[in-house]
Parts: sequence; C-alpha cells; structure tokens
Amino acid sequence: MRNLLLLSVGLTTLLACSQSSDNNPEQPAVVASQIVTVNKQAHVNPLLGLPSVPIPADNPQTPEKISLGETLFHDQRFSIDGTVSCANCHGKKLAFTDGLPVSMGHKRLTGTRNAPTVVNAAFYKTQFLDGREPDLEGQSKQPFINPIEHGLSDHQAILDIVRTDFSYSAAFLSIFGVSDQELTIDHVAKAIASFERSLISGNSAFDRYYFAADNQALSAAQIRGLQLFIGQGRCVSCHTIEQDHALFTDSRFYNIGIGINDIQADIPRLIKAFLEAKNQGGNVDAMVLSDKKTSELGRFAVTEQLLDIGAFKTPTLRNIVVTAPYMHDGSFKTLKEVIIHYNNGGVTPADAEANAFLDGGIRPLKLSNEQMDDLVAFMQALTSPEYVIVKGARQ
Amino acid sequence: MSTLNHNRRNFIKNSSALALGCALPISLVELAFADSEKNFSFAYISDAHIQHIKGTRFVRNWDKGLIRAVAETNLLAPKPDFVMFGGDLAQLGSQPELEHGAEIMSALNQDVRYVMGEHDYYLDLGAYWEKLFGPQYYSFDHKGAHFIVLNSIRTYDEWTHRWPSNEQRMLEMAGLDNPNGSPFMVGEEQRKWLQSDLAKVAKRTPVVVFSHSPLQKIYKGWNFWTEDAEQIHALLQPFDKVNVIYGHVHQIQYNQIGNISFHSVMATAWPWPYPSSYAQAEQYLPKLTVPMNRADPFFERDATGWQLINMANGNVDMNFTLYNNSARSVRFNKANKQPEDSRYQEENTRIPGQQHY
Repeated sequence: MRNLLLLSVGLTTLLACSQSSDNNPEQPAVVASQIVTVNKQAHVNPLLGLPSVPIPADNPQTPEKISLGETLFHDQRFSIDGTVSCANCHGKKLAFTDGLPVSMGHKRLTGTRNAPTVVNAAFYKTQFLDGREPDLEGQSKQPFINPIEHGLSDHQAILDIVRTDFSYSAAFLSIFGVSDQELTIDHVAKAIASFERSLISGNSAFDRYYFAADNQALSAAQIRGLQLFIGQGRCVSCHTIEQDHALFTDSRFYNIGIGINDIQADIPRLIKAFLEAKNQGGNVDAMVLSDKKTSELGRFAVTEQLLDIGAFKTPTLRNIVVTAPYMHDGSFKTLKEVIIHYNNGGVTPADAEANAFLDGGIRPLKLSNEQMDDLVAFMQALTSPEYVIVKGARQ
Repeated sequence: MSTLNHNRRNFIKNSSALALGCALPISLVELAFADSEKNFSFAYISDAHIQHIKGTRFVRNWDKGLIRAVAETNLLAPKPDFVMFGGDLAQLGSQPELEHGAEIMSALNQDVRYVMGEHDYYLDLGAYWEKLFGPQYYSFDHKGAHFIVLNSIRTYDEWTHRWPSNEQRMLEMAGLDNPNGSPFMVGEEQRKWLQSDLAKVAKRTPVVVFSHSPLQKIYKGWNFWTEDAEQIHALLQPFDKVNVIYGHVHQIQYNQIGNISFHSVMATAWPWPYPSSYAQAEQYLPKLTVPMNRADPFFERDATGWQLINMANGNVDMNFTLYNNSARSVRFNKANKQPEDSRYQEENTRIPGQQHY
C-alpha cells in the first residue's frame, strides 16, 4: 500500500516535472493534447486546471528525494517530546490540514493560526499565511524550532538523528551526496520541500467543467455559483481563475477584517511593542505564533508596511470543503459564514465596525441568501478526487 | 508603500526613539540640521470629499480613505506636532457631510487646523464650516515658522451671486471643464489682510502658506488655478524662505518660482490624471513636477494617500504615503535651491507615467 502510494506520488510529480520542462509557450495546445492523451489511458489527469509546477533549479524533484521527504514529514522524533511531526497538523485525510481552528504543538500548546493545506502550496509565491518565508525550503525549517510547535531549541536535534539513523544517512548520501558532517538542516528542508512540491492536485469537477468542456461536471447551482464567483461576488479578484489554469490564489496579502477587527483600539500599542521587540532581535516566527494579538498584525510583522496591517495571504480554494475551519485564525466553521462575512463588507456581525485598515476591495456585495448558497455549492466543486471524503467510508 | 520602521540600524543606535513612519529616516534628518529645535514635522490630510447619500448613508469609498489616513497618522512615532486638513472635506458642502467628516477627523490624536476647499464653501459660502472649524483665513506661529491659511477658492462676486439657488452654485463650481465655471482667487479682502499679517513677520522667518488651490496658474479648466497668484507671489517675495502647500489637484506637483517652493498634497478620495494626459486646452504643469507612478486600478485606494511634512530649518520636505504605490519624497535641494523628488527627478530614473486617459 505504501509503495503504491509512493508510486502514485512519484508519477504525479514526474508528470509535473515533464509538464514544466516541456512547456513551450509557442505550442501550448500540443502540450495539452499530450497530457490529455496520457490521461485518456489513465482516465484521469490529476493536473487538469493547474499550471506547471515551479521547481527551484537547486532542488530538482526525484522520486527518491520525495520519498525521503515524506518520511521526514512523518517523523515525530523531530520534536521536543517526540510527539510532533509535520503530519500532525498536515494530515493527508483532511487534504493535509488538521481540522482545528488553530494548530496544536507539543504539550497540546496551541498557536494562533489555522494550518494551511500543503496541497498545491508549491504554487504560492511566499509561504506561511504572512509570507514570512519565500519558499517551501525556508518554510519547512521553521516549525521545528517554534516554541509552541515542535518546540526544539535549534536544529541540532534533527541533525543528530538524521546523521546517526542509518536509513536516513544512507538516503541523504545517495540523494545529495553528503555524508554525516556535511549533512545540514538545508538538506532536510530540501527533501521535505520536494515532498510538499509533489502534493499537487487539480482535476476537480470545476476543472473538468471549465478546462475540459465537461458540461455535466457541475450542477446548476454550481454553475450559478461560478458566475457569482467571477461576477457579483468579486471572489475572483483575489482567488484567481486564468484562461488555462486556476490556482484560486493571487499569492497577495489583504486585510479582510478577520481578527484585526477585534483589536482595533489596540493597534497603535501593538505595533509599537512589536517593532520594539523586533528591533531588539525578536524572532518574528515565535512572536506571531505565541501571541494572538501580535498574530493579527499579519503581514505587517514581516514588511512593517502600513498597507500590510492585518493582511494575510490569499489561500487557494482548492479542496476547501475538506479543510474547515476557515480563515487564518480558524474562526469560521462553515463556508457560508465566510461568504456572509464578505457579503457584510468585511465585518461579522453585519453591524460591527470595519477596521480602518480594511482593504479597499472589501465592500458589501448585496448577495441574497440563495446566491450565497450557490457560492458554497460552487466551492464544493473544487475538491480533487484524491481528497473527496466519502460519507460513511472508512478513512 | 510606506513602512514604519525604515531605519532599524539607526534605531538600534538610538533605541530611545521608535523609528518614524513613512519613508523618512527621521533621526538622520534630525542629525543633519544644527538647530534641532526648529526641526519638526506635521501631518497633512486633504481632499476627503465626504459625500452624503441620504439619511445616515455616505459614500463608503470616500469614508474609508479618510478613516485610513486618520488611523495611519495616529501610528506615527514620534508624533507630528499638528495635523493640517487641506480642504474639500465635503463633496457638496452640506451640514451632514461636514459633520460626518469632522467626526472621522475627531479620531486624530493631534490638534487639526483646516483649510477651506470649494466643495466646502459654495453651498453656504463657508458659514457652517466656520461654525465647526473657525475663521476662513488666519495665521499662526510654530517653532520659529510663520504659517498662513488662505481661502484661495473664492471667485468674482458677480459669479457667486448669479445663481438661482445655493445648490446650483455648488454644483456649477464642482464641475470640471465647465463653461459656467469661474476661476479661483484669494481676493482683495484677504490680500489686504495678508499684507498686514506679513508686515509683522521678520524677513528671515520661514513662511508656510496653506491654500486649497495651487496659488499658481496650471490648468484653468479644472481650476488648477488662482487668478491673483502673481499678486500673492509679490506679497511673499521679500521673505527668504516661502513654502506653499495646496490640495485640490489630487496628484503630486511641485515647483519653484523665485523664493517660493510649491507643493501639492494627495487626496484621500481619488486621484486625478495629470492635465497633460487629458487636457485639450492649454496647460502649464510645473517643469519640476515628476508625475506619480501609475495607479493600478486593481487597488481601490491606489494613488490616494496622505503626507508627513518635515520642516527642516525652514524648508518643506514632503513625504507621501501612497497606499499600494511607491512612497515618494520631495525634498528641498539646497544646492539647486528647489524641491526635487528624492528618487525620480532624473528622467532616466522614472517609472513610465500615465500617458493617456
């Protein structure tokens, strides 16, 4: 079973690689038809609706590296008490999330933010909800040494394991050509990032409707929802759909009135205290995940720009029905609540006061209850086949 | 875009003060001038155009622009000495608009002084505005500089009193390229007052004039214009250092005429295109002016913003906080004796501007 899984992951990734390298902008149709041919045989194109996966030049994908990354991803020894692996918060059955409002680390400590899905994270231009790391390699190193996640004081404990555990050291030697003392945390990060970059899923009902002309793929309500998504709902302004692919994210940052609405009066004090702490060498990763109010400063904590106060990254909407609860703080249980918040113009409840730094694009939408239900129906069409939860089925 | 913490290295050296906002490493500026007591900053918010719909409803977009400018101004550390509002608080001069605007402005931590805009004035000729904010023209002194506020958007009496209703007068003056319009002017009454006010000021005292219209003649069709500009210039001519700061144009302009440095401020409501990209008629955009970077229509607040103004030994340094756009600084170049953009003054350094509309 495990081998089968690895094989399918490897195939997906190789397909992603080949799509990447074969992508000739002058002949997109040929590339597309080749993929379709491949998938007619397999009856499925897992990448339908996605662009080619960006692979860093210094960390090419190989099946062996992906497999190593997957093992590292699931290793609970890389934590202060041997209980926390990446997979604790990014579990496959919930499309690599944890179903919690905010994630739980060692000693059941809770952070301040909702675990984002790893699926299709490779397409983001920055990582973390505030974009504080540029890539998956940088991202994957941080939770290990965050005091409320894996809780390690530094990366040495991980190196001690991977240098002495023979199965690891042999794999690192084979894949990276590094032996014990040459093996650094960056090699660990590259392997984990490779695994994460292999978690690419398209081919939702929406993709079959929109990119493969399967008119039966969406229900009438979902088709109405799509029209609202790109029309009156204005969702597509940030959750992008392009001509030949749809990531449902623009990788940008917006203040949409979540979390920050509750701390408005405190913002000047919080900003002053945060900048003072940061200027004295404070670690942003630790500061934003250990204090709820500081967390709500959002991308400002990274850029110190006025525009980024209370702003968080646009998340992809792919597999969104599997990854509840919602928003960066997990404060909404359902997609309907999310849409009502947008329909109110960035406030919940409707008569609450919008925060002064609310993004200009967030404004009341005047959607009816039926229209909001159609939008929810549309988002149910964004789940890739491998993450569909079948009711009553054993997980 | 603007950051609150540009100068971290400097901060560590002087950890007693939190680094100041915008693109301005204020501590460095302070170090550069010998007489630090005469070096201070004030914030400038302008052209909010608060617009009443009916009942308690106002145009949300304009509200949000002003609310944001107020909230950002309140984050400045160290705090500016005072805040100016540059006119056009209201869209059609009504009491609900002026009151709603004043309420938003009341969230500011500092004292605010107001300049009259034509959108505040032409309904009741400033009567209700005066009740809220005080006299239409006045002067004050602060840390060795003399500040003058003019109502520069008056016009000929015959025009002012030709209309069957106050509402129509307001709408006629609010229109662009309106053949029924009339040029702005300071007028004889205020020029006499200005002359006597200036008579009490030493010639070496830095003078700052706040007006709503440019106190220059740039483009008449949009009233980027002050009919008696030359007469005002003549009154200001004897002073060593004169700065004029105006609103109305919703874009970045600056200029040097003789001893007078001119600076415009941004609107919080919406940006206007430059006359050169639009006007069919003759227009004289100041030669020094570098157009601001083109706004991205994706961002609703792009190309609006507010200003932090540093007064360093009598010259105005403008720091524009422009949401979603590159921050701009226009500072007095002592060698060239004129205001210049700190990044974009040379043609080959510029981001291509908006060439059509």
